[in-house]
Amino acid sequence: MRNSSHPITNKQKLSFTFNGKKYFGYKGDTLASALIANNVKIVGRSFKYHRPRGIFSAGSEEPNALVELGAGPYKEPNTKATNVELFDGLEGSSQNFLGSVNFDFMAINDLLKNFIGAGFYYKTFMWPKRFWEKLYEPIIRRAAGLGKLSLKADPSQYDKGYLHCDFLIIGSGISGLMSALLLAETGGEVLIVEEDFILGGRLNSERLVINGNQSSIWIGQAVKKLKSLKNVRILNRTTVFAAFDHGIFAAIEKKTDHILEKSPKPRQINWKIYTKSCILASGAIERSIAFPQNDRPGIMLAGSVRTYANRFGAHYGQKIAIYTNNDDGWRTADDLKNMGLEIKAVIDTRKEIKALSSCIPSYLGQTITKTYGRKGIKAIKLSSGSKLNVDCLAVSGGWSSNIHLTCHKRGRPVWDNIYKNFLSGDNAQKDNIIPVGATRGIFEIQNIISDTNRVILSLIEKNGLSMPAHIKLTSSKEQYSCSLDLVSSSNPSNSFIDLQNDVTQKDIELSFKEGFKSVEHLKRYSTLGMATDQGKTSNILGLASMAKLKGTDISEVGTTIFRPPYVPVAISAIAARSRGKDFKPTRLTPSHNVASKRNAVFVETGNWLRAQWFPEKGETFWRQSVDREVMQTRNSVGICDVTTLGKIDIQGKDCSEFLNFVYTNAFAKLPINRVRYGLMLREDGVAYDDGTTARLGENHFIMTTTTANAPLVLRNLEFVRQCLLPNLDVHLISTTDSWAQYAVAGPNSRRLLQKIVDKPKDIINENFPFMACRELTICGGIMARLFRISFSGELAYEIAVPTQYGNALFDALLSEGEEFNAVPYGTEALGVMRIEKGHAAGNEINGQTTAQNLGLSRMISKKADSIGNILSEREGFNGSNIATLSGFKPVQHSQKLEAGSHLISLGKTPTMENDEGWLSSVAFSPTLGHYIGLGFIERGHTRVGEKVFAVNLLQNKTTEVEIVSPHFVDPEGIKQRG
Amino acid sequence: MLIDHPLLGLRDSSEFIYMGDAKLLNRPNWKSQNSMTKFIDYGYLRKNPAGVHKELWYHEQGDRSWLVVTRNTVTHEILKVELARET
Repeated sequence: MRNSSHPITNKQKLSFTFNGKKYFGYKGDTLASALIANNVKIVGRSFKYHRPRGIFSAGSEEPNALVELGAGPYKEPNTKATNVELFDGLEGSSQNFLGSVNFDFMAINDLLKNFIGAGFYYKTFMWPKRFWEKLYEPIIRRAAGLGKLSLKADPSQYDKGYLHCDFLIIGSGISGLMSALLLAETGGEVLIVEEDFILGGRLNSERLVINGNQSSIWIGQAVKKLKSLKNVRILNRTTVFAAFDHGIFAAIEKKTDHILEKSPKPRQINWKIYTKSCILASGAIERSIAFPQNDRPGIMLAGSVRTYANRFGAHYGQKIAIYTNNDDGWRTADDLKNMGLEIKAVIDTRKEIKALSSCIPSYLGQTITKTYGRKGIKAIKLSSGSKLNVDCLAVSGGWSSNIHLTCHKRGRPVWDNIYKNFLSGDNAQKDNIIPVGATRGIFEIQNIISDTNRVILSLIEKNGLSMPAHIKLTSSKEQYSCSLDLVSSSNPSNSFIDLQNDVTQKDIELSFKEGFKSVEHLKRYSTLGMATDQGKTSNILGLASMAKLKGTDISEVGTTIFRPPYVPVAISAIAARSRGKDFKPTRLTPSHNVASKRNAVFVETGNWLRAQWFPEKGETFWRQSVDREVMQTRNSVGICDVTTLGKIDIQGKDCSEFLNFVYTNAFAKLPINRVRYGLMLREDGVAYDDGTTARLGENHFIMTTTTANAPLVLRNLEFVRQCLLPNLDVHLISTTDSWAQYAVAGPNSRRLLQKIVDKPKDIINENFPFMACRELTICGGIMARLFRISFSGELAYEIAVPTQYGNALFDALLSEGEEFNAVPYGTEALGVMRIEKGHAAGNEINGQTTAQNLGLSRMISKKADSIGNILSEREGFNGSNIATLSGFKPVQHSQKLEAGSHLISLGKTPTMENDEGWLSSVAFSPTLGHYIGLGFIERGHTRVGEKVFAVNLLQNKTTEVEIVSPHFVDPEGIKQRG
Repeated sequence: MLIDHPLLGLRDSSEFIYMGDAKLLNRPNWKSQNSMTKFIDYGYLRKNPAGVHKELWYHEQGDRSWLVVTRNTVTHEILKVELARET
């Protein structure tokens, strides 16, 4: 119902639907307040027993009112109605029911409650084991549960942002606003973060007086002042959900959740906040009391009933009772009475106190033993036996300081026996998290004002900042005391401790009986305090119940600690823009445009997109293109973009000594203008990268690495340079992006290059033999580097130009090459040709093979120290039995080979014991007209000519193969030297 | 975490690559006696204490400095940050 004289009724009227029915609310409502105003009592069904549930609280602590918002791909399950800002056109619906929320077929579970208590699933669905995944779990998941996902990609945009400040203030209640006003005067950068869409925090829920006026006047003045200051920034609709080390916090800002129109702007921003100090003004959260049938719709937290009445003018029913164990419950009674509602009773568990309000019927020292009304509370029964008809029951079990964020770095809360409340431990202070106000366990406004002044001024003094005057405020006077009467003794099986997880007092008793007595065990066995509300209203009840069973105090039972996130955060918001193709950057090669125009098929290699093959008209199958590219290259000339290989420029007078150390083989004697192949080991003696290094000058080398390992090699080189050999004069820089580089391979490669270089005579065989390199100019003066190296086994070169000329050079090579029928080739043809030549690549140097396996043991220089040198001598890496790189071809030439097949001697069964090696790379060789493979087999170099089985157990295929030399094409190297 | 880089000031730990025990700085002499045992120890035996630990961090998304960071692995308190080449 709505109080028609409340100011909210003067605001814009909004229409919305809930479970398909149309309702009205006002701007400034939450979905929960609008549902209350419309007298909607059942908003959902409980997790396990499917009991009807209503709105319980007015904030992030809500355990019951989880709803689905939106439709189609925008649908968002498990949203707390208490946190949803109402907007025109909002569509909401209940979740976790079968049939309708008012008549849920799954409510049968409620009748079975005595059988499905804590640990039921663990005990019952043990056997047979394989039934769990296929049968039990799907059924349980359907019955127990929360909302359903749309299973469509989230079309909204999310963003990440970074903020830096001196003072982060979490919460904008009275202590938050006071802290901001004081700290702003120091000149430091102040950031105020408020979860609600309006500022003022708890003051908005109360009828308190500040400086002689309603507190809202003071809030308005304070906010106006803060907004006028340049060093203050305010983020509302923003929740800090995690505290990390060294003053780093994460917050989620809801930018457009309260707007119907789907905007191209980010829906939410995931903020990372860096601050020197954090003022935690996150207030306090009310807890409930466990008594029989305490979960009926219409039973709510007393402070929340007050919030709905004061802030929104909304309430259920006309006959209200209050059940409290503390003074604060009486304040709800006063406020509602002032609104003209009938207070049927205040039931206070405390016997020894005096009634705090004279004109309200009060029942002291009594408890509620029973409630009536399945779909909405109708009556209550007291321990004295009297029965009262009510349509709303406001319950207060006292207030708990909201110290969630102080626990994220394992801060241990300490029990305050005066206010029956956990406070943050010492380490919060050490982490520069400073609680103020109710978060510090101070619950009376006049004390909050004086204490906040004191805490913040001493922080300013400690930091040596200029001292502002303390803020003088006069206010209402409050008093608060609280008892620990939180659990009743009768009917534990339907006295709910944790509403969200349907944990009853009986479940706590069961945990205790079965030995799960420590708080950590209790939580995991009973699920107390789990899921979206993280037990914000229920943890203390569970602890009190366990303390009672153990015959001890809560302080001795202890508490579990809170972990991030404080509120559920969508995975989309954490991913923000890092999804789909933006998950990682895409690097394009310099020839990308030309390759696209030639219809290249691209493949992702790390972040790079590389041309895989270039289909021509009439080619429908990839092998047609690849075979053609190989044959055209071997018969004339082909061009391939190899820019993606890592390039590291190495300079300094000690660089040859440095290279001797990082490669297994020596580089010191490499002549200027010559290239050498080098192998790198890890310190454990396993090979991890290879490449060629060219010497351009006495103190200048260019190293190339494999595409995949470029960052790793640079990291390792820097490690050697800075950590192992810090006295050497060596300088490193990655030049991968600075030079475009192309392989030009095939018998006509020299003739093609002679058309491009400015001095064709410089590159004839006599002047520029195999493994030569030099700097020269091409195309009329463009700086270039030419390397005579060959991955394909052909007469071949690699030519590099500054990246800005890369696209033009690729184009020029192809057009100048037309007379030779030059062909662009992709990574597939590159791979086929290197397998034909027997060169190892990533499949062979895969982090599990050694120089010995690769047949390169002679490359390990024993004259000088190098990385991996010593450990490569280990027994297991040496000896006559190790697997060595070999070539393989099918005995029946028509048969296909498959990489990953295992090699087994003829006549032996394919078992682990008989495994002698594996095929690492295979390809169809258009040059030879059949499949070929590289692989590793025990004593391979001594077994040439022997036949073995290549076994693929995944496809149940066995192929007889012959062990051959890995060099299928031109084993003497005549072509590359020609 | 924030790491107080000796040259660049406070930097977010996400800019760094973590390499664990700074013992990797003390590579054995390859010609020493029992060099195999020493290298096995160097390569495979690392400390991973709950408490104060000297660790290697590489500023890969920054100036490529290798740093030796003395850090309490329980509290994440950082006690000292040095350039590896100067230790």
